[in-house]
Amino acid sequence: MTQDFHYTLEDGIAIIIWDQPHRSMNVMTSEAFATLDEMMTHALDDAHVRGIILTSGKADFAAGMDLAEVAQMKTQGPRAIFDAVMKMHAILRRIERAGMDPATRQGGKPVAAVLPGTGLGIGLELPLACHRIFVKDREDARIGLPEIKVGLFPGGGGTTRLVRKLGLMAAAPVLLEGRIMTPKAAQKAGLIDEVCADPMQAARDWIAQAAPDDLVKPWDKPGWSMPGGAPYSAQGFMTFAGASAMINARTKGAYMAPKALISAVYEGALVPFDLALKIEARWFTHVVCHPQSGAMINTLFVNKSALEKGARRPDLPAQPTAHLGIIGAGMMGAGIALGAARAGITVTLLDLDAARTEQGKGYCAGFYDKAIKRGTATPAQKADVLDRITTTTDMDTLCRCDMVIEAVFEDPEIKANVLAQAARILPDMAVLATNTSSLPITGLAQACKDPARFVGIHFFSPAETMPLVEIITTARTDPATVARAFDLARQMRKTPIIVSDARFFYANRCITPYLNEGLRLLEEGASPALIENAAVMLGMPLGPLQLIDEVSLDLAAGIAKATRAAQGADYADHTAEAVVGAMIAQDRHGRKSGAGFYQYDADGKRQALWPGLGQLFARRADPPLEEVQNRLLLIQTLEAVRAFEAGVIHDIREADVGAILGWGFAPWSGGPFSWIDMVGVDRVVAMTEDLAVRCGPRFGVPPLLARMKADGRRFYQSGGTPVAH
Amino acid sequence: MIDAFIYDACRSPRGRGRADGALHEVTALSLSAQMLDALKARNTLPPDALEDVIWGNVTQIGEQGGCLARSAVMASGFADSVPGLSINRFCASGLEAVNLAANQIRAGSGSAYIAGGVEMMSRVAMGSDGAAVAVDPTLALGARIVPQGISADLIATEYGFDRAQCDAWAAQSQHRAHAAWQDKRFDRAIVPVYDQNGLVILDRDEHMRPDTTADTLAALTPAFQTIGEQMPGFDAVARLRYPHLERISHVHHAGNSSGIVDGAAALLLGTREFGAAHGLTPRARIRASAKIGCDPTIMLTGPVPVTQKLLREQGMDIADIDLFEVNEAFSAVVLLFLQAFGLGPERVNVNGGAIAMGHPLGATGAIILGTLLDELERRDLHTGLATLCVASGMGVATLIERV
Repeated sequence: MTQDFHYTLEDGIAIIIWDQPHRSMNVMTSEAFATLDEMMTHALDDAHVRGIILTSGKADFAAGMDLAEVAQMKTQGPRAIFDAVMKMHAILRRIERAGMDPATRQGGKPVAAVLPGTGLGIGLELPLACHRIFVKDREDARIGLPEIKVGLFPGGGGTTRLVRKLGLMAAAPVLLEGRIMTPKAAQKAGLIDEVCADPMQAARDWIAQAAPDDLVKPWDKPGWSMPGGAPYSAQGFMTFAGASAMINARTKGAYMAPKALISAVYEGALVPFDLALKIEARWFTHVVCHPQSGAMINTLFVNKSALEKGARRPDLPAQPTAHLGIIGAGMMGAGIALGAARAGITVTLLDLDAARTEQGKGYCAGFYDKAIKRGTATPAQKADVLDRITTTTDMDTLCRCDMVIEAVFEDPEIKANVLAQAARILPDMAVLATNTSSLPITGLAQACKDPARFVGIHFFSPAETMPLVEIITTARTDPATVARAFDLARQMRKTPIIVSDARFFYANRCITPYLNEGLRLLEEGASPALIENAAVMLGMPLGPLQLIDEVSLDLAAGIAKATRAAQGADYADHTAEAVVGAMIAQDRHGRKSGAGFYQYDADGKRQALWPGLGQLFARRADPPLEEVQNRLLLIQTLEAVRAFEAGVIHDIREADVGAILGWGFAPWSGGPFSWIDMVGVDRVVAMTEDLAVRCGPRFGVPPLLARMKADGRRFYQSGGTPVAH
Repeated sequence: MIDAFIYDACRSPRGRGRADGALHEVTALSLSAQMLDALKARNTLPPDALEDVIWGNVTQIGEQGGCLARSAVMASGFADSVPGLSINRFCASGLEAVNLAANQIRAGSGSAYIAGGVEMMSRVAMGSDGAAVAVDPTLALGARIVPQGISADLIATEYGFDRAQCDAWAAQSQHRAHAAWQDKRFDRAIVPVYDQNGLVILDRDEHMRPDTTADTLAALTPAFQTIGEQMPGFDAVARLRYPHLERISHVHHAGNSSGIVDGAAALLLGTREFGAAHGLTPRARIRASAKIGCDPTIMLTGPVPVTQKLLREQGMDIADIDLFEVNEAFSAVVLLFLQAFGLGPERVNVNGGAIAMGHPLGATGAIILGTLLDELERRDLHTGLATLCVASGMGVATLIERV
């Protein structure tokens, strides 16, 4: 028996307390499940027990399954996974039937789940198998089933129970989108039963008066039918037909887990409850065995968590920033200020004049006004955050900051000038950072008094919401400086990756070839819609043409010009640059100007691809979809490999996490390196060689891949640990 | 090979497929049996004259379930020795019934059949028999299944038919159907529907709107735009199969799509010897038939490849065929057929089609084959082809020639 659960008996109520040792948050393991089963069985068998409360000894109930264990499960093969899942179902079902006579449905003991806070994944599926769910009224608690976000679906009976409880229509956002919510919202959505200040007492009171019928789930009562209709009822037919369509429309067919989930729901809806659980287990086994779930768990959970916990941070004491200075109150500076202030950091926001600083602060206020309107923030929160942001035009006021981030216009001379001024004022121990998306920072370091305390930070736009931060080091950046930048990013709840200074760093280095490949395809005469659809069907958030419209064609032209200047004779993107130039010559600069590859209405809403593209770039026969997709995916992947070979990025975990969080690289793949493992390096090399013949040397096979192919190596071991290269 | 001949063809008038439609009170069993009895009476057949009755019917549930074909035989004047086979190839069921019967005759299995079909759409709702293809995710997701209306709009988008062209074809269908009725061209085929007292329930097509013009149609709202562009978003599903399209142009609506109606139709088929034995004159020979499967997303393009296949197998050219009946499931289906074969409107659906008169799913194939034969005779032409698009991506065609 493990120590995950404790058992006490109080006034005839067995209280089973989940309190996993050495963890701040409970996560479920198969061993812990066995312990729970023993205690539940004991409570059900003990004549002195008239009711059972399952709760947590921690501030929250549970965060879910131990995903590392799930990731390991797949190595055991489908039979072992299926058997383990069925064992779990049997345990949950025993809790649900609670000793009652299945024929008369009499004689069961009431089982209440009491959640002192967050209950996610199995932390909700387990309560769903109990008879009534009581949750403490906490705004910061989260209830939901987020498994879909790591390529799984709720396989602990949550899928089957929730659909039978709410119907497919109401359960869909919870299951298919992994929507998580506050206890109050979860109660409104029908996921849980009671939200109150003292859920333990409420549970005791309920147990005292629970009638036998209260313990019988609707699906265990005679005459039950699926809420909203089973698939072949008139109403259900439309819902189920629509569900498949919605999944296709939203995921573009790129993700396995939603397909498996909806099949479990559909097939389960046609059979009795226990058989539905078995079907759920078969589909769950299927997604656990699928490469996508392993890739997504490793990158988006295991490795992302490891990086956030500091796997790549210099091993130095914590260096939290209490007071952050930001120079430049434009959209970037204001976004950083907002993100920092929300994290409880005191912010001084500086710009040349009051009009600019007020505009920056207005940006922060506007963010909260929108959130208040949506009901996701309160006026008090707005006031609290804005109070932490002080504006100034006086550089001297930055002298009390632990760290100053320069976020002025992307011009090396202006930046150098501002940094030199700031360096003179900053205290010796403070860190000076430059926020830039593409400019190499080594030159800027010269402007600083102490290059060891200088670092680049690339916040993605909009800085208040984008989850990734690139921390850019020069040869002279001190580890303590890196640690402070890292800790600031963590304070702001962002995921930091550490990259070496080089043109475009990591993320923009890899996304630029993707954009250029889209432009080449357009110039070659492919249908613009094919380029865009091929990209989103890969799982890219935006097609290349739309993305260029978003960032503006002027910026694209500027990047091309700068790249051409830097690369000289090696520059190979003339085609893409010419396409951008041709668009700008038509006075089409992107979304902000109301005209780009797309047309926009007066409110800036995207309407349709610009019909003039057909005249500007003569249409020829479309290449096959697969070729367009291979080009768009490989061009990013190869660049990521080259960045790794060149030592710009040092750890494939950072490369994969950064690719997904930074530029939306097909999340189902787990990132470019994970994707190469998934497809197999042999095949990736063959695809690359094929494209090199047809499209040119930009599809050259990186030496690292050639070596790996020769040696038969992979990037990751199973379980997500990188193989050394 | 033994030849299969058509000796007679009849159909019921088509009632509006709603609770206020004239045939709403009539059972599928009764209407089916009335068609069988009409052929029996018109051709003075003995009760045991048939090898089988093959009956097309799409929504085989409730009163249309349980092998309606056999029930119809039992309810008719035919003997218990005649069995009965219900079949379902969706919209082509009535034509497929004919093809199955003809091919069995040609192969020497039986000398006489009645083939046709019925659909009481006002009584048995379309889709109420369920369909895994629409709701089983293992199929619907990967096959990119969308409703037929989206498929029809996809044809219009992919092959370049605009709203005005679709409306113009629909208005022409109405005018042609009206003119055909005025000219009594359907008189030979129509079998009025009677009650048990011999009172007429319906004796003419009820769905037609002869006043329709392209202008009146232009006012109608596209029927599939909302489910395509908003919830649940079927256009995006279609684009997964047709990624070179940015958007689907929603041109179809109630006025340029086939009407929902009640109706039935039947043909008497047999060998030359069968006709001789019963004193019947063959009207046409079933020269060939074909069926194909095609992309299930665009779904309704089947008439083109199935006709190509049939022509190829027969060593014929499209110019060798005098008249065509292409089921008017949606305007774009017919327009695609014209485009693919370079045909003008003068040889296709010359007496209107399902947009004007309605499409009783399981019966339509038999209806249009009878209409084709009547018109070949009226014009004293020789060769005709009937074809239908079919749900889930199929196509069926039948080639007849007068003898």
